[in-house]
This record gives sequence, structure tokens and C-alpha cells, in this order.
Amino acid sequence: MNPYIANTPRESSELLKAIGVENIDALFVDIKSEHRPKSFDLPEGLSEYEVVSHITSLSLKNNIYVVPFIGGGYYDHYIPAAVSALISRGEFYTAYTPYQPECAQGTLQALFEYQSSMCALTGMDVSNASMYDGGSALYEAMMMAIRMTGRSKIIIDGGVSPIYRKIIKTYTHHLSYEFQETPVVHGQSSREEINRLLDTNTAAIILQNPNFFGAVDDFTDINEMAHQKGVMAIVSVYPISLGLLKTPASMGADIVCGEGQSLGLPLNFGGPYLGFLCTRKKYIRKMPGRIVGETVDSLGRRSFVNTLQAREQHIRREKATSNICTNVSMCAIQAAIFMAMVGKSGLRQMAHLNVAKAEYAKGLLSKIKGVEVKKSAPTFNEFTVHLPKDASVVIENMMDKGFAAGFALGRYYKGLERYLLVAVTEKRTKDEIDRFAKAMDEVLWS
Amino acid sequence: MELIFEKSIEGRTGFCFGSSDVPDKAQISEKYLRQDEAALPETSELDVVRHYTRLSQRNFSIDTHFYPLGSCTMKYNPKFTEMLSNLAGFRNLHPLLAQLSGGERWTQGALQVLYELEGLLCEITGFSAFTMQPLAGAHGELTGIMLMAAYHKAKGNTHKKYVIVPDSAHGTNPASAALAGFEIISIPSNKEGGMDLEALKAAVNDETAGLMMTVPSTYGLFESHVSEIAQIIHQVDGIMYYDGANLNAVLGRLRPGDVGFDVMHINMHKTFATPHGGGGPGAGPVGVNEKLVDFLPVSRVVQKENGMYALNYRYDKSIGYIASFYGNFGVLVRAYAYILMLGKEGLRETASHAVLNANYIMRKLQKHYKICFDHLCMHESVFSASNQLERGVHAIDIAKFLIDQGIHPPTVYFPISVPEAIMIEPTETESKQTMDRFIEKMIEADQLSQTNPQAFKEFPKTMPITRPDEVKAARDIKTSFFQKIASP
Repeated sequence: MNPYIANTPRESSELLKAIGVENIDALFVDIKSEHRPKSFDLPEGLSEYEVVSHITSLSLKNNIYVVPFIGGGYYDHYIPAAVSALISRGEFYTAYTPYQPECAQGTLQALFEYQSSMCALTGMDVSNASMYDGGSALYEAMMMAIRMTGRSKIIIDGGVSPIYRKIIKTYTHHLSYEFQETPVVHGQSSREEINRLLDTNTAAIILQNPNFFGAVDDFTDINEMAHQKGVMAIVSVYPISLGLLKTPASMGADIVCGEGQSLGLPLNFGGPYLGFLCTRKKYIRKMPGRIVGETVDSLGRRSFVNTLQAREQHIRREKATSNICTNVSMCAIQAAIFMAMVGKSGLRQMAHLNVAKAEYAKGLLSKIKGVEVKKSAPTFNEFTVHLPKDASVVIENMMDKGFAAGFALGRYYKGLERYLLVAVTEKRTKDEIDRFAKAMDEVLWS
Repeated sequence: MELIFEKSIEGRTGFCFGSSDVPDKAQISEKYLRQDEAALPETSELDVVRHYTRLSQRNFSIDTHFYPLGSCTMKYNPKFTEMLSNLAGFRNLHPLLAQLSGGERWTQGALQVLYELEGLLCEITGFSAFTMQPLAGAHGELTGIMLMAAYHKAKGNTHKKYVIVPDSAHGTNPASAALAGFEIISIPSNKEGGMDLEALKAAVNDETAGLMMTVPSTYGLFESHVSEIAQIIHQVDGIMYYDGANLNAVLGRLRPGDVGFDVMHINMHKTFATPHGGGGPGAGPVGVNEKLVDFLPVSRVVQKENGMYALNYRYDKSIGYIASFYGNFGVLVRAYAYILMLGKEGLRETASHAVLNANYIMRKLQKHYKICFDHLCMHESVFSASNQLERGVHAIDIAKFLIDQGIHPPTVYFPISVPEAIMIEPTETESKQTMDRFIEKMIEADQLSQTNPQAFKEFPKTMPITRPDEVKAARDIKTSFFQKIASP
């Protein structure tokens, strides 16, 4: 029934004899009869091939053949085969959290390399070893700023992912923090409004680059305004864009976080993903999550350990910087391998391809009657299009033509029902983009 | 070992993106661009493959070593579940596809997995509904506590301030409750390792929001007064939270929903055999009874009258979004496959043999190590190295001895209420031969503590490193290749 149990009936008897009980039921005497299950009506077990057949058939009910022009913070990037091969090694994925560093140097060094690459990417001094995903990383960044400043007001730019904003709202619902949201004007953050709201009760300003509408910004001026009031600047960022775009560090960000899915992780219908969180070195002791540090062993050899653990729940319990325990080490290692594979010049090239293909798509779409591509701000690989019809209707019709045409902004923004968010990664070919524009024209006008 | 950055050679590349097939007219104004290139490694594919293959070989793992890490349920992770979670139909599925108008029909298979898994978990635990969204155990705890808060708010229980947590609980319990805005009251255990009922009664009052309990406890014991405890908490309209970290021990033998619990989380990466990944990703689905069902996070997966599966966001009382999407789907698929394969009997046998193996090890070591509670155990047993400490040998020294024997050490120094704790959880997937070898090595360690306690200070000797200097790591902080060592 359970092929993963090694004990044979004979061995089970030997074990029972050694323990000194008659049968297995006798081991469960503490569970009184009134505590027995009222029901346990589960299906009978199946063979491996029956389960494989069933679940494979379910996987085939999902349509992954529509050509994706959908992003919204989660992108269809190519994952080199070597990345998948390396993270399939059981030595990595069947290990536990590295509590015993001598027999976990593989995981620890790989995480140290991940932290180093995240620092290279964002320009920040330190990175933790991962958070669950982009949304939880942003929440943790915000809580870090609240703890550090002792203040209770948060300003969130309207360009921050609406999904993240909903998550933050849930987590803080029962706590007494004040949230103020600033509008996006012509695709970009409103300096005027942010400046008006920043005060000495503000813990943090939360920004995103590129923002949810795809617009690229330089937040240097906003971060300066924030610092003048002692406010922490948090920037959520799309890592692939950092192959080209100005780093949040050089814009003066204090905490940088984001979704790392684009760094070699499959879309996986929403997870597992990778939250990252980086900060300035002076704030490291306030940072949530696991951190790997370098040290030496008793013979002076380079060694890696989980460090600054006095911040964490297993030591500090209710006074910890976060409740996080299991994070997403494997995803962080996957990202580290991806970044090593793509490398310094590869990341730049990849970013460049994303921009080029998105610009090409913009050009074609803007030629379609009634379609307006928003051009008030530069974009990376995602941009907003105004359609002559409800975007969700267009999307549905585009599906029938074999395209996931983008994300309907009306899903999260009232009044933006005719706006479509289109993402174009390096994987989209010229042919796919040409056919996409043609299909869009047909859907709108024939 | 060298870092990948130290193997970097200027101009070397590991991956070719090919040339662009579109006209290259891309222009982003200079002011938005970075001035330097991100200093990622410059390596060939072979450099990367060798580097990370070698790194992997510097790990102990379930695939290579016995890993009796108490409270972590390091059972074998079946390979077919890996294969299934990597099917293209799951791997390449964009989560927002399901939220597009008409997009649900493109994601029916994935939604069916979530829907059916929810049904299976309800039957396994005796709860009415589950959310699959929490991304790990502690995330599930936080979700559960937020449900508790929502319940009290809806009932106008504005005076609820405290969450009670036994001193044997995982650190995540108090940390999660604190994040949700509650104050923590810690309750000591009695001499038998159970909850001190008198202390509990004294602590409970109208301000008690709820109780978090791990069953079996981290002492590896089943709390036989569970119904009485539930009664005490329910009398003040408190919520009973079941920490499912140790669910493996009671599969088919006890359902939390039947014995007075209102909410629980499951660690899929423990009980349902999904891999730990060296510290995640996990998955921590949360189950609730009718009291709390209205407050569950959105979205929820429903089956429509025509048999189609859909995401439903329309629940007035829901606490809202707790994660970006529908949970760690790739992990959930593995757990779904595992449960389907084992079925009713297989799951029951899982608990039976997990407990059988744990008791066998306990009995065999009892003469050599001080047992904390002389009683049959559940999935794990807790010893104290206090006898060995009299000879100058700590629990951590025994742990390092085991590493040299090719055995991952048990959990040490947890539960924190036990001095020099050694917590051993073999799981059902280990053989008698493996356990016998472990027992033999544990006895050898005890003998060595009598004959040559000094020897322990040098263990481990056979690993890539000897004991690292953790004090230096925390003092001369270096957490990135690019960082120069300096005290902040």
C-alpha cells in the first residue's frame, strides 16, 4: 500500500518486540477512543503509473499553447537547461535548512553567491537569503521600515502592483497603520502629491520600477525628499530590467525588494516564486529572514554559516524581526545559477532584447485604428495600450486566436476597463509579434 | 571552495541569446540607465555546471544520508512527484491567465488539482475548507491567526488580546501571533510533558483570543487532555489553533477537526513528502471549520454547476489576499500526487511506521541517553545529553560526531525547555538497518564520552570544513562577495 515504508512485516514484528508492545495500535494508546476519526473516507491508493496518468491528463487540460503577451510582474523568460538540470540534484533539493554548516556548505555557499549576485544587480550592500515572493518581500520591507523609524504612516505609490497592495492591506488590517496612496499621472509617480504627504510621521514611501503600468522612472528626487523627512525609501524592482536600468541603490533606496521569478524560475501557476530583499549594510541587523555569512573554520578555511540568527524567530520568538522560517532557498539557488549562466554581458543583452521586442510590438500596435500606445514615459518590456473596446472582451477574443493578449487593467483599477497591459519578453519572435498585431486588428475591426 | 565570482574570466559567457530578429530602435534616455554593468560572474556553461555540481556534493541530503532531524519530518521525497510538478502544462502556466475574462477554461487542470487537493485535506483533517495559499508553515500560522482576529472582530470580541502558546512550541508560533497584533502568554509543561492544565486555567480569561497547540507536541507526545483544553478555550469563545508540524504521526488516527480544533496549518514539506529544498519552498495550507470558513482568504476555487472549476473572489467577510496567487502550486501538485498514491491505507500506514520507528530508536537509546519522558512516543523522541555533559560532552558535540559517521544529526537544543536536547525523528521511510546503524553510532558516541571526551572537540574531521567560527561571522559581517569585512 505504501511503497515508501521499508519495514517488512517480519521486521515490524522485531521492532514491536524490541519496544515491548503487542502491535502497532498499542503505540497509539494515548489517543483515546473518543478521539478517533469520525471519518477517513479517502480513495484507495493507486500505482505510480495510475497517478502519473491522471495528473498528466490534468496538466494537458491547461492551455500553455496560447502565445503569452501577459506579464503583470510575472514573465515568460527563457530558462537555460543547465539551470533546471542543476537544481534537480537531490543533494540540493532534499536537504533541510542548513542548521549544521559542516554538512551543508553546498546550500550555504550557493545562497552566499545568490546574495552576492542580488547585491550586484541592485547595487545594495546586503541581501537576505530569500523571502516567499515579491508580495511578502514588500510587506517585510515595510514592516522593517516601521520597526526602524518607530513611525506608523506609509505612503504607497499607485504604480506599485495592486496585488502587492492588496496583500499589505490584509496583513495590516488589524494593526494601526495609516496608508496613503499617491496617484500615477501620465504613467509616472506624482512628485507633487508625494511631497505633500511626506511628513515626520511617515515610516516609508513605497515605489516600484518599472511600475505596474510598465513605466520606467528615476526615483532619485523622490528618495531625496523622503530622506529629508527621515523617511525610508522602499523600491520594488523587476530584476531583469536591472540589466539596463539605473539601480535602486543609485537612486538612493534604503530597502530594495521584488519578485525574483524572472531569474530562472518557471511560472508554475503562481509559485513557488522568489522574494528578494536587499538593504544598506548599516541596516542589516534590522533585516528580516535568513542571512548567510562568510567566516573561517578552526583551520582558517573559508566557511559559510547562517548568521545574525539572534534576529530570528527560533531564538527571539515573539520579538523576532519576522516569523519566517522555511523560505525559498531552492528558488534562490535557482536564481543564483541563472545569474551565473546568463552572466554580466548576458543579462544586459537579455534586457536589451526585451526592450527591442517590446518597442517593435508598440510600433505595430500603435498602427492599428483606435489603439493608442501610452508614450508619456519610457518602458522596459511591458506597456499600456488604450483600446476602443473593453479590454477583457478583446482578451477573450484574442484567446480564440491563440494569444494571451495581456492583462486587463480594469481587473484592479476602476475606470481603466479599456486599458490593456502588454508584456513582450526575449522569447517572443518577430513572427509571433506580427501575428499578434494582425490578430488584434482583426479582433477589433472585423 | 572558490566562489563562482572567483572563477569569472572577463569576456566569458555561459549563454547565447542569439541576435535580435526585430529592428533595434530601442531608446531609453540615458538618465534612466545604469552606468555600470551588474557584476555578475562571467563563466562558461561548463564552469557553472561543475561549480554547482561540486557545491551540491558538499551537502548532506535525504537522497544521500539518513537525516533524523526532529520536528522536520525528513522523509523520502518520491521522484515521480518531482516529474509531475515539472510537466509543461503546470510549469509554463501563467497565474494571471486564470484571472482573464474567459481564462478559467484555459486553466481547468490546475484548478482541478487545487479543488481536489482541498477535498482530500478536508477529509484527512476533519475540517470544512482549506486555503492552499500560505507559502510555508509560518505563513499558514500567520494566516490562521489573522482568521482568528477576523472572527473576534466579526463577533464584536474587541477585548481579545492574548494568544496562549505552550513553552514547547516552535518559535514561529509566538512570532506569528505577535505579527497579527496579539500579545503572547507562555504556558509551561507539566512533568509528564503535557500542558499544565492548572496554569492554563489560571491564564485563560475573557481576553484570551485563542490557543496554539502542536499535536503531537514537540516532545513527541500526544496531549490526551486535548478535549478538556478545547473546552477551557471555547468557554471564553477562544479559537483552538492546531500547528500541523507533526501531523505525520496521527494520519488516519486523529483528525484535528474532530477533537475541538477550529483552524490548522499543514506543512506539505513535512507530512506530504514534498522536498525541503534546503530551506524551502514549502507550502502551508490552512484548514478551518464552519466558524471560520467565511473569513478564508480569496481567491477560493469552486466547482460550478456545469462541472467547470473557477476562481471565486466574492466573499464579503474574507480577510483578503494573503499571497499573490493560489499558493505554491508546484509544491501542491507534489503533495496531491503523494496523497493519491498512498490513499487511505497508505496514509494510515505512514503514521503507524513513523511512530513504530521512533519508538524503536527511543527504546534502544534509553539505556545510554537520558530520556525526557519515559513514555511511548509518537513520531519523535526527545533525549537530553545531560549525562554526557557531566563528562564535558554537549549535544552539539554528539551532533558533530554523527556527521563524521555520515549521519545528519538529530535536532539539537530544541525544544528549548529541555537542556542539551536531542530530538530524533526517523520517519516511516527509513529501514531497520539504517536505524540500527544510527543506534550503534549513538551508543559509540556515549562510550567515547566516557573514554575520551576530549576527542569530540575536533569533530567533524571528514567534512569540507571543520567547525566554523560563528562568532566571527556575526562580528566581522560579510554577506556578499563584494563586501569588505568591517564591523558596522
